[in-house]
Amino acid sequence: MVNLTINGTTHAVDADPDMPLLWAIRDLLNLTGTKYGCGIAACGACTVHLDGQPVRSCQTPVSEASGKAVTTIEGVGGQVAEAVQAAWIKLDVPQCGYCQSGQIMSAIGLLAENRRPTDADIDAAMSGNLCRCATYQRIRGAVKEAAKTLGA
Amino acid sequence: MLAGHLPKLAPGSGAVSRRRFLIGAAAVGGGLAVGFRVAGAADSPVQAQAPFAHVEMNPFSAYLTITPEGLVVVHSAHLEMGQGSYHGLATLVAEELDADWSQMRADGAWGNTQAYGNLVWGGAIQGTGGSTAIASSFDRYRQAGAAARAMLIAAASSAWKVPKAEITVENGVLSHPSGRRAGFGDVIGAAAAVPIPTDVSLKDPKDWKLIGNPNLPRIDSREKSTGRERFTIDVKLPGMLTAVMIHPPLFGATLKSFDATQAKAVKGVVDVVSTPRGIAVVAENMWAAMKGREAVTAEWDDTKAEKRSTAELAASYRDLASRPGTVARDEGNVEAALSGAAKVLEATFEFPYLAHAALEPLNAVARRTEDGIIEVWGGHQIPDLYQATAAQVAETTPDKVRLHVMKTGGSFGRRAVPDADVIVEAVSVAKALGWRAPVKVQWTREDDMRAGRYRPMYVHALQAGLDAQGRLVAWRNRIVGQSIVTNTPFAGLVKNGIDVTSVEGAATIPYAIPNLRVELTTTENGVPVLWWRAVGSTHTAFAVEAFLDEVAEAAGKDPVAFRLELLSGHPRHAGVLRLAAEKAGWDRPPPEGRFRGVAVAESFSTFVAQIAEVSMEGGRPKVERVVCAVDCGVAVNPDMIRAQMEGGIGFGLGAIMKSQVTLDGGAVQESNFDGYDVLRIDEMPHVEVHVVQSTERPTGVGEPGVPPIGPAVANAVYAATRQRMRVLPFSRAQGV
Ligand code: FES
Ligand code: FES
Repeated sequence: MVNLTINGTTHAVDADPDMPLLWAIRDLLNLTGTKYGCGIAACGACTVHLDGQPVRSCQTPVSEASGKAVTTIEGVGGQVAEAVQAAWIKLDVPQCGYCQSGQIMSAIGLLAENRRPTDADIDAAMSGNLCRCATYQRIRGAVKEAAKTLGA
Repeated sequence: MLAGHLPKLAPGSGAVSRRRFLIGAAAVGGGLAVGFRVAGAADSPVQAQAPFAHVEMNPFSAYLTITPEGLVVVHSAHLEMGQGSYHGLATLVAEELDADWSQMRADGAWGNTQAYGNLVWGGAIQGTGGSTAIASSFDRYRQAGAAARAMLIAAASSAWKVPKAEITVENGVLSHPSGRRAGFGDVIGAAAAVPIPTDVSLKDPKDWKLIGNPNLPRIDSREKSTGRERFTIDVKLPGMLTAVMIHPPLFGATLKSFDATQAKAVKGVVDVVSTPRGIAVVAENMWAAMKGREAVTAEWDDTKAEKRSTAELAASYRDLASRPGTVARDEGNVEAALSGAAKVLEATFEFPYLAHAALEPLNAVARRTEDGIIEVWGGHQIPDLYQATAAQVAETTPDKVRLHVMKTGGSFGRRAVPDADVIVEAVSVAKALGWRAPVKVQWTREDDMRAGRYRPMYVHALQAGLDAQGRLVAWRNRIVGQSIVTNTPFAGLVKNGIDVTSVEGAATIPYAIPNLRVELTTTENGVPVLWWRAVGSTHTAFAVEAFLDEVAEAAGKDPVAFRLELLSGHPRHAGVLRLAAEKAGWDRPPPEGRFRGVAVAESFSTFVAQIAEVSMEGGRPKVERVVCAVDCGVAVNPDMIRAQMEGGIGFGLGAIMKSQVTLDGGAVQESNFDGYDVLRIDEMPHVEVHVVQSTERPTGVGEPGVPPIGPAVANAVYAATRQRMRVLPFSRAQGV
């Protein structure tokens, strides 16, 4: 048994210590907003926050997440998250939408640390998140839009 | 995806009259369902799909349902894989219904070919592809909306005892000057009993409020921005098991034996079964299945397997391209014109295998219910075919199969697969388990990349002749590559030895050239191939537009002016080209350090021109800006058109710069996004999209943004480096 604190609730899950947090969240806790895209930390679809920092849950064993605060797309809240999600909706960023939970988790991570990201900052923070629909232009726009809301 | 030529399968089937229709309405769960049966569609003689036609297991299949709560649920004939088909069809219904946009919902429909058959393909099979959703459904979904509106008005008219003509509908509210008002949900009971209108008139385009509205919020942005959207990977059923597959290590290898003793000892592994498509490791969850898979040992018979490398295949293709092929188009006398030309140019272009690599790896869920119904959840891009295939695997009849059409995390053609691969696997595994549990088959990224179905490798050898005045007098294009339709239900697309999807964009070259020949050599090998976003035009447009640039230079002409001279018979090509040139400021030099290239291509009856602006960074091109002009007839959803052009440009750009699937000894070398490189945010150019105002019938936009970007960038790179990019991806070429 491993104790996982997800979105403020602690669950005892029956998982091997090496099970990636991704599959524990999705298959054992039934929170499916976090997606699987590659399993090797190359696509960002599985991004969650660990103590507020974006991490790839496919490469984070549950043993490492235990005792830390895990936040998934279902559990995000607060000023930054609201600004980011509102901007995503306003700019109609998603196409298929599959990558977008991960994109949003990375964007929240960026804006929590840096309220005035430059294009280069956005590229650096978001280049680990693939979007096969290539919604990148709108992602960039939505990050800036959210930054504007937060600065206002 | 499915080619735009499918009507050619069934000569005359395009004659399905849009005027003749019967309307069927039925109350479903207290809701009003309105459906049309397109008379004539049933008569379409599409021989290849005959076994799948006319399946009508769901008598309530229809275009929309209005719920007692007043929601209008549009049942989409076309899969939603990111391209916005649900949004588009909801727009059409809402427009004619005068619904409020906030009351609109959409889901995926299936099981009634007469209602949902793809009319661009002749109507005899339901499917999504070839950028046809709007073109196929522009009339029927508007008619459905208009019919429902008429029925709601009739119901209110008898309830209020006022003439129908005095009732108006606006933003989802029926009202009468007397002050009476009702929402749609208030009158559906009575509306369902209203005699079905036999004739409805559609709005004059000048009265459209939603069609053409650039500010209409996308119907599913909220779900997709909050993690609430559900895909097949998210399907959970009581007692469901998860399976991962072990596919043959080489294409064409078959299973000899396997040992699962150790795998079955892995915690969470439930069973290991063999299916016609490989071994399945079945477990309580994905991680257990993946761990179990590691512990399986298997022996394969590779006697019949494809064992060549892509380098060997490419060498044989180059050789074939030096010889004549089957003639796909022949005008004038190309050999004579070439030998009489003042200047002859030659170039050979090479295109790799490409994976679709949609972000949601392939998956499907299957179960048998207690009453013997086989249920299949998945990205059902060709539902009729999948229903029939699932029935076959389950050894039952199609009427015993129920599909659940899920939204998909992309597809780019991959979910429109004639052999229904992952659906066969899910049903096979559930069956092998004796139907004791629902089963989700989930491919890993590695499976998705290695198990095949690629954009075929192609080689194009071109020659062009210029006369002494620099006029283009001869053009010969020899194309070598696999057919994606041979041995599939779509084999009817091969005519006189020519698979039209291999030569589209090349045989249909729009330029006025007096002596012109396009030849095709269709190769056969063991690598499974498929349509990949924009199909033939992914390579033909590159070869044509990059080579034409070489020709323009040899003729000493400006590439835009040269094209325009040759496009006098093709006003829509010329229109987008002029628009893109104007918006990009083509008549002025590019900014310092920037280099420009242009390309124009039609695919699926949509016309797109793009001008790419690149800079060079450390010997590598960086695409800074793309100006895109698109003519897709009536612009139903202008912002979706922009989104699809942006996405098509990013998708195509990643492919031409970096993506390839290679084989060594027949084994696929790439397995994940580390080796199969795709576009990332730092490489995304700034894209400006300009939509041509048009009253032509609407055509699709899911694919046509892809073809021009490759050649536009290649031409820009040439402007920067004097190096012609003829081997894709660019990452393979020296110096870049
Ligand atoms: S699934 Fe974790 S980065 Fe791709
Ligand atoms: S929206 Fe489809 S992968 Fe990003």
